[in-house]
This record gives sequence, structure tokens and C-alpha cells, in this order.
Amino acid sequence: MEITGLLSYAIFFATLAGIYAVLALGLNVQWGHTGLFNIGVAAFFAIGAYASAIFTTAPSDMHMGGFGMPFLIGIVAAMVCSGVIALLVGLITLNLRSDYLAIATIGIAEIIRLFLKNEGWLTNGVRGIPGIPKPLSGVIEGADELLFLGVVLLAMLVVYLALERGYRSPWGRVLRAVRENEDATRAAGKNILSFRLQGFVLGSMIMGLGGALYAHFTTFISPEAFDPMFATFLVWVMLIAGGSGNNRGAILGAFVIWAVWSGTEILTGMLPEMMVTQAGALRVLLIGVLLQVILLLRPQGILPEKAPEIRDRADADADMEKARGAGRGPST
Amino acid sequence: MIELLQLLIYGIVLGSIITLGAIGVSLVFGILRFANFAHGDLMTVGAYFALVVANLQLSMWVAFPVAFLGTIGAALVIDRVLFRPLRRTAPVILLISSFGVALILRSLVQLIWGSANQVYEAGIQLPYVIMGLRIKPDQITIVLGAVVLVTALHLFLQKTKMGKAMRAMADNVDLARVTGIDTERVVVWTWVIAAGLAAAAGIFLGMDTRLHPVMGWKLLLPVFAAAILGGIGKPYGAIAGGLVIGIAQEFSTLFLSPAYKPAVAFGLMVLMLIVRPKGLMGGRG
Repeated sequence: MEITGLLSYAIFFATLAGIYAVLALGLNVQWGHTGLFNIGVAAFFAIGAYASAIFTTAPSDMHMGGFGMPFLIGIVAAMVCSGVIALLVGLITLNLRSDYLAIATIGIAEIIRLFLKNEGWLTNGVRGIPGIPKPLSGVIEGADELLFLGVVLLAMLVVYLALERGYRSPWGRVLRAVRENEDATRAAGKNILSFRLQGFVLGSMIMGLGGALYAHFTTFISPEAFDPMFATFLVWVMLIAGGSGNNRGAILGAFVIWAVWSGTEILTGMLPEMMVTQAGALRVLLIGVLLQVILLLRPQGILPEKAPEIRDRADADADMEKARGAGRGPST
Repeated sequence: MIELLQLLIYGIVLGSIITLGAIGVSLVFGILRFANFAHGDLMTVGAYFALVVANLQLSMWVAFPVAFLGTIGAALVIDRVLFRPLRRTAPVILLISSFGVALILRSLVQLIWGSANQVYEAGIQLPYVIMGLRIKPDQITIVLGAVVLVTALHLFLQKTKMGKAMRAMADNVDLARVTGIDTERVVVWTWVIAAGLAAAAGIFLGMDTRLHPVMGWKLLLPVFAAAILGGIGKPYGAIAGGLVIGIAQEFSTLFLSPAYKPAVAFGLMVLMLIVRPKGLMGGRG
């Protein structure tokens, strides 16, 4: 392969891995931090993609809108739509035990998929929505893909920094407390449902963001792109492989698993002609086996969760005194 | 009126299939405490095992036992290799694992038998027409088969020592262990029954419609809905839940696009979770 071909493949790879990293970060808030079992990742991914597509495309008779809005408005719309749906789902199901939430989210994913497929007035049905604008295209001649990679990585970084900040804050501590011991957290006077809702809605909004990025990357979306099993499953494998609870692990997992997934494509490309139609099934099989191996051998993932130390008040005060004595701010 | 009765018949046929799946989900949940997302694909596996026999021009009387044994064997291997080592961790890890198992089973089916639609017997069955109602012979087989299997299960749970041990373990694992019940043997029997019923459900589904690698996965949502409706962990509730979901799905076609059938099951399930989270028969909340 020539060097330019290799480079453009690397950009393509990194962009998709970055989008998956955003999805994995969203799932990390829900499962990793708060312990909420969401198997409907694909639903929020799809809602985000469609919302942004409808807001940013040029007016069309084939589907609702397009409203021709700028990219950033599309992103906001994607996050708001995903968040509102997550709020509705959460209000009904978050008081229940985790198995019920899992089953409910799979139901939501299925209904959203049926809806996107059958409600042509909104989504143009199976024909999908074409012509979604790619931001920053044409700004620098021939560098559209590279610029978009920058946008994706920037979004990933912003989400990562925000989540790290939240994770270390008292708020993040309550989320972890809800995950570890619900009764004790309730006894400490926290409103369990409220914190679960916050974790669920925030995670879903981040998934919506991932969906919007995906829509602007491919510039065409149809219900086919959101096979509920596939998108959801891959994101789960990424989070568990990377280390659920650890934001850096979520990102690492996304890149590693996306590399494995892309690698299996090369592998199945070497299969004899007659087996080509089965290649997809073989790839899914390999990833399924990989998940089982991780669960059995290293369930904590590559980068296990490392919760910030909780220091007691006296220690913290002593540190503060020392720092003041030395004439500089509290060191971390 | 005829139209309503006709839908009722279709609903009972579909409900019988859902019931057989839901009993398995409910039993596994009661004993092993996790929602088994691979149950739908276990049904698919059963259906395809029967297809192997049917393709050899042997009768369905041979196909049934072969599919039973094959599916039970598959379930026991999965339990031994994957679920048993994970049983010491949180039940939700088992749920994630079962989600992966579902995909593994489905891609295996696709690799071995291909992804095209298949049927057990080519040609169209002529339905019996009774007072304007149309019933296919296969549909009678399905309903009768479900009744026989459910009756057998009932006798097993009520009369045999193992059945009683299973019910005891579903009620309280620690108490069951203290009274000397061999919990690992109960687990094996749970898979035998759940996988056997799943195989039957898969074959019946294949007889009623056609075989396809995602046939079982598509039925998973109604099956879960039925199990929850009946009170998850309560096999008897699953029977009621299955029939309610099956009939409701068929009746919904009167005023909704048939594309939304799975949504009806889901809607009923959500309604149940809001109004009575413990289910019709008061299962685990």
C-alpha cells in the first residue's frame, strides 16, 4: 500500500475508534461509575445521529426538516434528544433491579429501531438520510478527513476531562456509592433515584454525541447502521476490555478492540472465496469469544478502576497547614 | 367476530411458544439469579438441530429427541465452561457473559447453516376450516405439544424429589443448601429443563414460521416480557404471562402496524413494571 493510502486508512481508523471511545465513555458513566446496566447503547447512538442529521441537513421532502442548522446546533440537538428519551426511560425503570433495566433498555433499542425504519415522514425509513454536512470541510484543501479527526478527538478529550472531573468530585463519589451499596447510600440521606437518573441521562447524552459525530463522519445514515446488537455489543466489549470504571480504560479499550475488530477483517479477507459470505459471522464469533476470555481471565480489564483515595478531614487539614507554611497552594 | 376468534387462535399458538421460552428464563432466573440473554439463541440452536434430522427425511418424532439432547448438551457445556467459573462473581457479570454467548451461538448457527430462510417441510399446509376459522395442523401440534410439556413440568416440580429441591432453591438458596440439597445438581437439572423447553419452543417457532439465525433473538423480548409479567422466578406465572403476551401481540394488529408487535410486548411489560413490579403471581421484586 502506498504511504498516502496508509495514512488515509490510519485517519479513518482513528476517527471511528474515537467515536467508539465517546460511546464507551458514555457507557462508563452508566455502568462503570453508577452500575446501571444499559444494553440499549445503539438506541441512544441512533437518536443522536438522526437528531443531528435532521437539524443540519438542507431542507428535504423526504424526511422531517432538514433545518440547515450549523454543526454545533446539531450536536446540542443530539444530546438533548438522547437525554430527554433517557430521562423518560429512566423514570420508569431506574428504581428496578439491574436485570429489569437491562431488559427494558433492550426493548427501547428495539422500538427505536422499528420506529426509525417505519416512520418515513420523520426519517425517510429504510432509504435513510443522505447529505449530512461534514464540519470544516473545504477549510484546508484536501484535509477534510484530518480536520474531522481533530473534531472527534477534541470531543473525546472534552468528554474525558469532564468525566474525570466529575469522577473525582463528591458527585462522582455518590455515584460510586450507589453502585457499591444502595442501602448504605440511602441511609446517608442520598436520593438514589435522582443520582441514578443523573448518571443514566448524562451517559445517554454522551452516546447521543457519539451518534452525531458518526452521522457527520459518514454523511449518510440509515437504520442499517444501527444494528442494535452489534453497536451495543462492541461498546460493551470495549469498556470491559479497557477496564470499566476507568475513563482512560474506556478510551484505551475502544482503540484496542476497534483494532482487533479491524484486524479480523483483514484475517477474514484471507479466507477462501466460498467462505466470504460467512466472514461477518466469523468476526462476531471471534469478538464474542474474546469477551468470554476477558471475563474469565481479566474481568477488571487492562486498566482497572482506581478510585481516588478518600482522606479524612484531619489529614487534609494537616496537608493544608504544611502547604501554607511552605508558602504555596495545596499540592495534590 | 370471526376475525377476533381467528386472532385469538393465532395468539394462543404464539403464546404457547412464548410460554415454553419464558418458563426457561424464569427457572434460570429463580435458581441462578441472572437474566439469561442467550435463551433466545438457545431456541434457535434447538430449531436448527431439528432441521438436521428433518433434512435426512426422518420424521419429527426423531427430530424432537435429537434437538432436545443437542440443545441440553450445548447448554450444559456453556454452563460448565463459562457460567460456572463466573458464578462466584456478581450475577450481572453472568448477564454480560450470556449476552456474549447469545452472539456466539447465533454466529455459529449462521456459519454452519447459512443465513437464508429455511423450512422443515417444503410446500404449503392446507388449513382445516372449522366454522370459518382456519387452523393449520402444525398449529394444533404446537398447542398440544406445549400443553403436554407444561403438564410434564408441573408433575416434575410437584412430585419428584429434584423438582421439590428446585422449588426450594428458587425460594431460598442458603436454606436449601443447609437442608443438604446438592445445589450443583439442581443447577444441572435447571439447564436440562430450560434448554429442553427452549429446544421445543425453537422447533415450534420454526414450524409456525420459518428458520432463520435471528429467529430466537427476535422472540427474546416477548419471552422476557412474559416472564416478568408472570413474576420472574415463578415458572407457573410464565404460563399466564406467555399467553397474555401472545394474544395481546396478535390483537394489536387490529389497530397497529404488525411491524410494532414486539413493541406491544414491551409496552405491557413496562406497564406491569409500573403497576405491579412483582408480576401477576408475585415473583421477585
